[in-house]
Parts: sequence; structure tokens; C-alpha cells
Amino acid sequence: MLGASAATAGAAVLHKAVPHAHPWDSDAHAASGHGHEMTAGNGHAGHTTAHAAFDGASVSNRFDPHEILRDFDYGKTSRLPNGRTLREWELVAGDIEIEVAPGVKFPAWSYNNRIPGPTLRAREGDRVRVTFLNGSKHPHTIHWHGIHPAVADGVPGIGSGQIEPGGKAVYEFDAEPFGLHLYHCHVRPLAEHIAKGMYGTLIIDPKEPRPEADELVMVMNGFDTNFDRANEVYAVNTVGFAFMDKPIVVKRDSLTRIYLVNVLEYDPINSFHVHGNFFDYFPTGTSKTPTELTDTVMLCQGQRGILELKFPHAGRFMFHAHQSEFTELGWQGFFEVRD
Amino acid sequence: MEAGTTALRRAGRLPAWALGLLPLLLIAVAIGAFAALDGPGLGERTGPPVEELAVEKTTLKPGVIELTVRNDGPDAVRIAQVTVNDAFVSFTGADGSIERLSTQTLRIQEPWIEGQAYEVALLTSTGATITHSIDVAAETPDADLGFFGLMALLGLYVGVIPVALGMLWLPWVRSIPSAWLRVVMALTVGLLLFLAIDATLEGFELAGEGAQAFGGVALVLLGGVASYLALTGIGEWIADRRARARDSGASGSHLALLVAIGIGLHNLGEGLAIGVSYATGALALGAFLVVGFALHNTTEGLAIVAPIASEKPSWKRLLALGLIAGGPAIAGAWIGASAFNSSVAAFLFGAGAGAIVQVIVQLSPTVRDDRGRVLHPAAVAGLLGGMALMFTTGLLVSV
Repeated sequence: MLGASAATAGAAVLHKAVPHAHPWDSDAHAASGHGHEMTAGNGHAGHTTAHAAFDGASVSNRFDPHEILRDFDYGKTSRLPNGRTLREWELVAGDIEIEVAPGVKFPAWSYNNRIPGPTLRAREGDRVRVTFLNGSKHPHTIHWHGIHPAVADGVPGIGSGQIEPGGKAVYEFDAEPFGLHLYHCHVRPLAEHIAKGMYGTLIIDPKEPRPEADELVMVMNGFDTNFDRANEVYAVNTVGFAFMDKPIVVKRDSLTRIYLVNVLEYDPINSFHVHGNFFDYFPTGTSKTPTELTDTVMLCQGQRGILELKFPHAGRFMFHAHQSEFTELGWQGFFEVRD
Repeated sequence: MEAGTTALRRAGRLPAWALGLLPLLLIAVAIGAFAALDGPGLGERTGPPVEELAVEKTTLKPGVIELTVRNDGPDAVRIAQVTVNDAFVSFTGADGSIERLSTQTLRIQEPWIEGQAYEVALLTSTGATITHSIDVAAETPDADLGFFGLMALLGLYVGVIPVALGMLWLPWVRSIPSAWLRVVMALTVGLLLFLAIDATLEGFELAGEGAQAFGGVALVLLGGVASYLALTGIGEWIADRRARARDSGASGSHLALLVAIGIGLHNLGEGLAIGVSYATGALALGAFLVVGFALHNTTEGLAIVAPIASEKPSWKRLLALGLIAGGPAIAGAWIGASAFNSSVAAFLFGAGAGAIVQVIVQLSPTVRDDRGRVLHPAAVAGLLGGMALMFTTGLLVSV
């Protein structure tokens, strides 16, 4: 610490002594000085725990936000007479109690006892068949984002309609268009059914696959634990600060692909920002050409996109919502870039 | 029927004390059996637990907000997380559940800034939130010797000195004709009426802040009734012993003592308010406040000496009366700034109001005119004048 202060003081002296040729020279000096101060100030109040107010990694549930990141469910495959691939899944709705922050329990509704529900992954043109069993005490459906017949839309009054407790439905459709989609319950009150955890990701890969990458699913969500229609906890994959004390490990200079979905209820928008890097952004993943090279994207509920990036530097880099309120209520994490 | 009367007749032979104890004994047996059988027929509670917490004390130190919370709901509460202004914060002190009526002190890490407002939300294990507002953040003063000295000085300025100065009206009230003295007494009653109303409302406000399990607003009323009855009882006891009550009411010195006690309780409340405001940084210390209180409380000195206009009390007695009336302001300031509890304060404010009402009842005969009327025109003018005086001087101070 003493060394750092001395270096700062040294830089300041140098800064004064050297005549400035360009205004940006002084910016560079100021920035380096600031960096030293940051190092010196690390032990201050407000930083009593390492990175966040609580350790999200200490929360235990039937599912693990870290495992959800790389857990892709390709279903049970078989070949149809016409040569196409049939992918079948079984999704069961259930009422479970989850922990959204250390010691804070939330009575949730889920698909397959996890929030977000399983990440279903098909290939463009596959036939998708999902058998839905309602094991919850409440009526539910699965509504799909995608192009499909009305009967497979999963809304009350159409097709199999609202599925009562103990009931069953089969949703069948072609996997199209390729991209990043989602599914969620569409029973009213809609906000409640979504906020309670009835959602998941559906990835439809293009016929010509995307380049090989380390792939991560991040579902941005939140929980209204006191039922005042405002969230107490914000997160990626349900548990606040889950990726702070236990960061997501990625490899330096290798392609990382993030499937980012926003299902956040009660707040009009959500966002994603990464530190020390920029990413190619593919809105809804329906094109293989990125629309933007950026470090921040903003999404409304139901909006999603694919992010591709390579970390050129090793070390820890934050990612978080660029709504500071969400950040400090749990929606922040670290990438740990290793060689 | 027959068996019942026989049993009663047999019971009639028992000594009186046993008959008195019998129902209590049966209740104890019934409660024991009920508890032993785990409340037969009642089953589990319906619905989720009721979580209620009241923040009783807020202490601000650099980088730290300390809250003392009391569980005033029926079920145990466990504080799982804390947010300050919509951001999770690190904290210590929430070890285990808080049982009914017990307390817990949380130390919250927050780099708070002086003068800003903060909302602390306590997130319980069931996800419920209990919010507590800090309207203006200011460092809580250390309860050291200098602090107690300052509070004592404030109490002296606003309590003891003004009351003592007001008592210097004694020679004047002695020299005025009895008709005028009645007006002065009515004025005194008017002053006291204002104080009684003021203390009651203050008490209600404080009762709303404290733990409701202790009774809330009922505490103020209970405090009022208790102090009224206690002072009446003490007064009657003194009257019995001395047996020299005047025809129209109690003796002058007896009345003066009661007035002093009533005003003393009122000033205790005033001191509490000053102390609390100082501790929470809401008090603008300054000449204006002191001058306001001095004017306000000088009239209280008049109220003490008015009943003893016809007597010749020793200066020691006058000093004692002054201290009884003004001194509690010092004690109030100490308590308010260091060990404040809004439930206790609400009770004390109620007690102050009750004491004042008791004094009013005692004083009212002295207002009576030759025709035996209490509310004669001059008295009404005096009453209204007294209330107006208190209202006007009260505008100078707001704590």
C-alpha cells in the first residue's frame, strides 16, 4: 500500500514536471493515478466482504445456477419416416421452494424443478414434441416463442388450452426459425405465473452450425419476495450474486458464446454489460451476422440475443445489468479468464 | 341441581381465602392440562407466519448504521438480508430468529452521507420486507461526559431557568386583588390545558412509532389514567394526614406542589423530545430554540406561584418547587438522547397529560367567583388567554 501511494505521488510529480504536448496526455496520467488510488482503497468500508453484500454461491437449491449455464437438453431423438429428426421432451410443472439469496425463501413454480426451466436445444427443421404434465396445484401452460400452428401456442382457450393440475398436454411443432427463443406459462394472472419462475430457454441451432465455442445460457430474472409487484432480488439464473464469489471460468482468446434471455417481470427493461471487453451481438440469434459490436445491450421482457466474445486478457472481469439498482440487488457476476 | 347446591353449601364452609384461591387454582390446572395436551382440537395455525418488527433505535456511526429491532408480532422472525436504498449490504448481528418481544441489533455496513435520506429494508426468511426510513442522516453523538453536560445545560436553559424566572411573578400575584388573581388562575388553567392536549398528541405520535405489542396508543391513555389516579391518591393521602384542606379545595402549597409535579412531567417530555431530536441530528441547536422554550416555559412558573399567592413560602420551598417543575427537562434530555424507547416515551407523555389534567381539576375551584361559577366571563377570558399564550410561544419552538 505504501508503495502504491509513493508511486501515485511520483506520477503526480512527474505529471507536473513534464510539459503537455496534447490534452490526452494529461488524461492518461489522471487515469493511471486513479488506478493507484483504487488499489490503495480496497480495504475500505463497504468492501468488508470480497465482492458483494452476500455470497450467492453459498445458496443451495435443487439446481445450481452454474450448472444451468452449460446444461443443454437435446431431448430424446428418433428418426421420422420422412427422414427428419424428432426430438421429445417431458416437462413437469411443480411447486417448489427456492432460495433466491442466503436465507431468503421464495415459493416458486417451476418446469422440472429448476428455474429457469431446462434449456431445450433443437436444430432448425427438427420436429419438436413436448409432453407437458402439470404437477403443480395451479393451472399452467407452455407458450412457445417461434413459428408454429395455433394449437401448439400454449395459451388458454386454444388447442389444449389451460392445463389444470394433474392434466397433460402435448405440444408439437417444427423448429423454426433458427435462433434463441424462450418458453413460458401463459395462464392469467400472467405476471404472477412468469414472476414465479415458469420460463425457460429454447435454442434452435442453424442447419450450418455456429463456430465451436464455450456456450453459456444466462436467463436474466428477478423475484418479488414480498408480493408488492417489485423485485427484491435480481439475478442471472435465479440466485443473486451467484457468480461473484464463484466466477464463471472461461478460456483466454477462445470464443465464448452467451445465450442471453430476459424474462424479468415488473421492470420494463433489463440490460447486460461486460467489463474490459466488447462482444458481437446477434439479436434473437436469427442471423449469423452481428448487428453491433458493443459492451452493453438493453432488452425488454421476452427479448433475447446471442453474444460472442473472446477475452484477450486474463483476470477477473465483471458482468452486470447496467441499471445500478439491479446490479446491487444481485444481478452481477465475474468472468474469470484463465490461460 | 341438587348436587350443585350441596357442593356450594360445602364450599361455603371453606375459609374465605381458600374460596378466593379456588378459581385461580382451577385455571392453573386447566392451563397445565391444555399445554400438556398441546391444545387439543386446535390443530396447526392457518396461513403463513405474521412477521412484524419495530425499529426501536437507530445509531449512525461513520460507515455503519445500527438498528435495534423488536419483534412485536406473534411469530418468530429471522432477518435474512438487508438492503439500504435498494442495494444489498453487508451486515452482522442477525444471529438466529428474533422471538416475540425480544430484540436484535444489526450492524449494517453503509458509507452513508450526512444530510441524505436512507431507506433500510429488512428482508426476512420468508421474503417479507420491513422498511425503516432515516429522514436525515447524521452521526449519533457519543454518550460521553461532554454530551451529558450539554444535555444538562439545555435542560437548564429550557426547563429550570424559565420556570424559576416565571416564579418571580409571586410578589405581583400577591399584590393584585382577588378578582384579578382568579383571572391569573384561569390563565394558568388555560396554559395547562394546552400542555395536556400537546402532550397527548405527542404521545400518540410516539406510540405509533414504537412496538405495537406493548399497546401503542393505549399506552398513552393508560399513562394518563395512571398518573391522574396516582396524583389524586397521593393528594388525598396528604390531605387526610394534614386534614387542613381549604373549603373550596386543597391548600395553596399542596396545589403548588401538584402543579409543579404536573409541569415537571410535562418538562420531562419536553426534555425527551429535545434529547431525541439532538441524538438524531434533527435539532437545530441555537439561541432561537432556547429563547422560544424560555418564553414558553416562563409562563409555567406563574402557574406554580399563583396558588400560593396568599401564603408566605420559604425560598427553599420555592426552589424545591422550581426544581420539581423544571429539573425533569434535564433528565428527559439525557434519557431522550441516550436510552430512548418510543413505547416508554409514549407512556411518559400520557403520564404527563394525566398529571396536568389532575392539576387542572385541583386548580379549578380557585377560579370560582363570588357566585360560585367556575366559567365566569373573566375566567373564560383567562383560559383562552392562557391557551393563546402557549400556542403563540409554542410557535417559536418545534422539536
